[in-house]
Amino acid sequence: MADKKIAAYICQGCGLGERLDTAQLAKIAKSEGKAAIAKQHEFLCNANGVQMIQNDIDNEGVTHVVLGACSRRAKTDAFNFQNIALMRANLREGVIWVRPDDEDNRETTQEMADDYIRMACAEAKFVDIPESSNEQGLNRTVMVVGGGVTGMTAALETAKAGYNAILVEKTGALGGMAAKLYKSIPQSAPYSTPADSGVADLIAQVNSNDRITVHLNATLNKTSGAPGRFAADIRIESGATFTEQFGAIIQASGFKPYDARKLPEFSFGKTPDVVDQLGLEALAQAANGAPIKRPSDGKEVKSVVFIQCAGQRSEKQGHLSYCSGHCCSTSIKQAMYFKQANPDTDAMVVYTDLRTPGAGGEDFYRNGQQQGITFTKGEARTVTINDGNLTVKFKDLILNEDVDMDTDLVVLATGMMPNSGVDIEATPAKLDENCKDCSNDEKSGAVAPVIQESVLNLDYRQGLDLPQLVTGFTDSHFICFPYETRRTGIYTAGPVRRPMDMLQAQDDACGAAMKAIQVIENSSKGLAAHPRVGDLSFPRFRKEGCTQCKRCTVECPFGAINEDEQGYPQFNESRCRRCGTCMGACPVRVISFANYSIDSVGQQIKAVDMPDEYSEKPRILVLACENDAYPALDMAGMNREQYSAFVRIIPVRCLGSVNTIWITDALNSGYDGIILMGCKKGDDYQCHFVKGSELAHIRMSKIDDTLTTLNLEPARVATYEVAITDMHRVPQLINDMAATVLRCGMSPFKF
Amino acid sequence: MAKKEYSFYPGCSSQKGASSSNYLKSANAMCDALEIKLNHIPDWNCCAASIGYAGGGKLPRISLSARNIALSEQAHPNQDIVATCAACWLATKEASERIDHDPQIKQEVVQVLDAANLKIKNNKPVRHMVEVLIEDFGYQALGKKVVKPLEGIKIAGYVGCQTNRPFGIAGESFENPLYLDKLVETMGAEPIKNYDKKVQCCGGALAFSEPEKSQAMIKDIITSAYDSDADMIVTPCPVCQMNVEVYQDQINKKYGTKFNMPVVYYSTLMSVAYGKSAKEAALDGQIIKAKQLEAIANK
Amino acid sequence: MSNTAKYRNDFLKEVEANVEEGEWVKMCMQCGVCAGSCPLGNAWEHTPQKIFMMIRAGKRDEVLSSDAMWMCTSCYNCIVRCPREVPITHIMHGLAHYAKRLGLVPANQPTAKFAQLFWNNLSKRGRINELTLGLGLYFMNGFVEGIKTSIKMQSLGLNMIKTGRMNVMEIFGGHSVKDTSGFHAMLQKAEEIEATRIK
Repeated sequence: MADKKIAAYICQGCGLGERLDTAQLAKIAKSEGKAAIAKQHEFLCNANGVQMIQNDIDNEGVTHVVLGACSRRAKTDAFNFQNIALMRANLREGVIWVRPDDEDNRETTQEMADDYIRMACAEAKFVDIPESSNEQGLNRTVMVVGGGVTGMTAALETAKAGYNAILVEKTGALGGMAAKLYKSIPQSAPYSTPADSGVADLIAQVNSNDRITVHLNATLNKTSGAPGRFAADIRIESGATFTEQFGAIIQASGFKPYDARKLPEFSFGKTPDVVDQLGLEALAQAANGAPIKRPSDGKEVKSVVFIQCAGQRSEKQGHLSYCSGHCCSTSIKQAMYFKQANPDTDAMVVYTDLRTPGAGGEDFYRNGQQQGITFTKGEARTVTINDGNLTVKFKDLILNEDVDMDTDLVVLATGMMPNSGVDIEATPAKLDENCKDCSNDEKSGAVAPVIQESVLNLDYRQGLDLPQLVTGFTDSHFICFPYETRRTGIYTAGPVRRPMDMLQAQDDACGAAMKAIQVIENSSKGLAAHPRVGDLSFPRFRKEGCTQCKRCTVECPFGAINEDEQGYPQFNESRCRRCGTCMGACPVRVISFANYSIDSVGQQIKAVDMPDEYSEKPRILVLACENDAYPALDMAGMNREQYSAFVRIIPVRCLGSVNTIWITDALNSGYDGIILMGCKKGDDYQCHFVKGSELAHIRMSKIDDTLTTLNLEPARVATYEVAITDMHRVPQLINDMAATVLRCGMSPFKF
Repeated sequence: MAKKEYSFYPGCSSQKGASSSNYLKSANAMCDALEIKLNHIPDWNCCAASIGYAGGGKLPRISLSARNIALSEQAHPNQDIVATCAACWLATKEASERIDHDPQIKQEVVQVLDAANLKIKNNKPVRHMVEVLIEDFGYQALGKKVVKPLEGIKIAGYVGCQTNRPFGIAGESFENPLYLDKLVETMGAEPIKNYDKKVQCCGGALAFSEPEKSQAMIKDIITSAYDSDADMIVTPCPVCQMNVEVYQDQINKKYGTKFNMPVVYYSTLMSVAYGKSAKEAALDGQIIKAKQLEAIANK
Repeated sequence: MSNTAKYRNDFLKEVEANVEEGEWVKMCMQCGVCAGSCPLGNAWEHTPQKIFMMIRAGKRDEVLSSDAMWMCTSCYNCIVRCPREVPITHIMHGLAHYAKRLGLVPANQPTAKFAQLFWNNLSKRGRINELTLGLGLYFMNGFVEGIKTSIKMQSLGLNMIKTGRMNVMEIFGGHSVKDTSGFHAMLQKAEEIEATRIK
């Protein structure tokens, strides 16, 4: 690579020229920032400005460009220069838009801008242009695990996009749960009557598609590799094993129904006339359009009661806490089976909250009402058997009274439980707790405790399967990256990811297929797939400094790091999301990226001009997550919210990448306050790297010792969870810290 | 400009010596100023309002309005039907819509009207007088006729129920209709824009049968007007006007209040603003005198 | 009610057949917006939401002999707010009418009496005679009560007379349609057709 040559360009547009002394900024870039070139331009993002920069890159050998203009999130199309490193000093959203335009504030506003130029130049000195590691492979085949509606749809979508799919199904036939349904919830207007599930057609399409290879009675014995170069040993019924190579995985392993025997109050298992929804489907398939017969005596069912939320949406031990999403619509569909065979059949749905998600859900509900299905808001208490008949006891929640009602058949709307494999994060303590949750039936041995079998059998240091949410569904960023699991290149779709109906599962399958294709293409070029799409950088470590402490391998939320025989980390670049959590974790600071390192941030912290203790100009450092906190700060600027001029903000890839050395260094160099802003952590996290924010909070909880050692007040360092919508809150957090600093006084560590 | 003509359904309460005869009087004065000609539907009958349902089933009640529509078509075939009374308008419009939407009702209505030797086309809209003012004139045109602006009077626009729901005036919201405020403003007075009982029910016909329950609601309607500093209340509905005005004595006795709040029709306001005399504006029909309006009318 | 008769739709079907807009009852989704929107909500023995549920639960006598629907002021709040666009006001009127037709209205229900007086008054001459309607109302609970009410209402009546909004001469007849025979023939026909529809 050619020698590093830094050029700084200061924009005068958008009011920057009027509000700031841009000549002084250019001077700082040259004298302090060691920029070889420093230019001012009246309108940097116009064609002329962009051309000026491009000329310098082409003709003057500029390798590092410092832009003193708007936020790094603005004008990215204009400032899209290839093969150089780009720094953005945020003078617009981060300075002039958050400060009042008056004479009194002119000096402190200029000081903010001066520092941001110093910081950007300091960063430039410590970043390199990332290059691919050449670790990559390219294999345009997607492995789909599970041959139900989700898996078949995923395979077909993959094939339609011109990629190959291998479909592995553990049973002897395609179709999954959908094949067990008599009819399905209608997926198109007028949403008035149960529809054909379309499974037979899907199976035919899969079987006749040249790009899809189907393995029935097959399981994954061992899966290894990384995006673009996965391999799996597939075991078939005969016990024989063979290996397939592929570039990405879609896990569509579906769900199993909640075991209704855990609900003795509803007499499930004591009489065949109490069934779960799958049981009713079997009865409907047997009747095939004729009136449904009661299993106990073959009599035509004249009255049926559906009990919604049986064992779900409940905090009771052994129940499911969540809503399975499809069951209300499924009960409406099943009640229609009865109404269509004989309109005089009484069909009643007992519900507490009727939920029919999806575009047609409400119409379907209305159509159910039109067809004479009775909907009763009530809580079912018990189902008892009297002389071969059933009595449902429920509380009518509208009339506030207890009701006994006789009926021929009861259908329990039990929930979905994901086939997500082994819970790799289950600790022995957690297992004990689970055992306390076991129902009496389980304890007495009436119900065998569920033994989880691995689905993927991953040959990863971090465990056999994908990390799970507390509910057992596979973990993914619910809002931004629903299909992306915590193993790069492996996507989940359908009810293994969250409870859903068939239509949603098919949408899911399309999404996951597109993601699988994206990761194959990106990883073949060494590019990150998400959320840092296109990032070429990857973690590397200085082996001589490494103490083999394994914190990086343990804390990586994505299982990207293995260990070699000696215990040194082995980075799997293609599995890496480039969050830098390993860098934040490393106690000896040997991990870095070409363009993001302990120094690239640390030197920015040190580059800030530190006024002396008696200047009444404190300095507050903000390390803000680039995903949500930094956009929130930008939006505060766009809304012209004001915050303290004493703050200096540095975006970080994730709060997980924050190494405590930055905090210690900042305190030692005289900062008066420090704020960390990351995403929401915990079970319902919004952290784009899942664990980063949580880890940062844990690390920062230990920073008090450092402060005490330095004889500084703990209030000087604060860590917050910030959402992207918090544009009105972030200025307040900054101003609060400014007030705290005022209260505590200036730091004595200024030099 | 040629006079605008409408087929007018005055309704029982507007008749001579009836409870809202003052409404008709002021409406006539207002229409005179605006050069509106109201052609009364000959031999119209009661609409059954919203309280006829005990004795009258659905078809008998619809038939009442159907007869009025048929008579209107016979006498004024090319004119929209216009009512000033909220209940008259609502019942007639509702009947018209039901005949339009339900073929069975239509067929039954034809049979029923045949017994009175009448035929129905049901091809003209049924409109409230306020709609005529807003849609056929507009606030600007209405404002141009003002000769005595009602300066300095603060007026709470009490829209009530039946001119507002279920049909309402086109373009207005059910929860916060603004047309009365705009009319008040157009006449040069000051609307109480945050009058929070604007669409509160006054009890309607239940003022007779459930006086205590109704008067409790009426008390709130008047209290809110006082709280928002109103000098008087304006309304488009005869039931609202009557209920809110005439029970103030009884409410004062029962609750110890000192209510003396004039309640006028929009047509009274407009007649005064348009330079009509106190008598023409039917100010003598006020049980609680609207003295500020009298002062302007007598100027 | 036996365990088997409950929630079996028999009464719902009766309401659908015989009550104005009754076919909408099954479409209620029990959100309760009507109950919360009713200006006299607190005075209702059962709110519209509950009435709909009672109909589905087969509580025929409790519904029809309730005075709940007689509390309706016809303000139409429930109709415009109902997310299912159920014509609640009309159903309440329809239930009231049906109860009256079956003779199930609670004794001395004042609105039921007034509503009947109103109907009788208008169907006699085609137009309402406010004076006789008012007097009829005062005396509907008997002569002594009527005198008391009349005295209580005296100042109101005087006020109305003074402002020309009440005419004592109406006692001798008052307003009327001219074609009374056509009017009566029409109403009779309507009532005939209506009677054939009630099952």
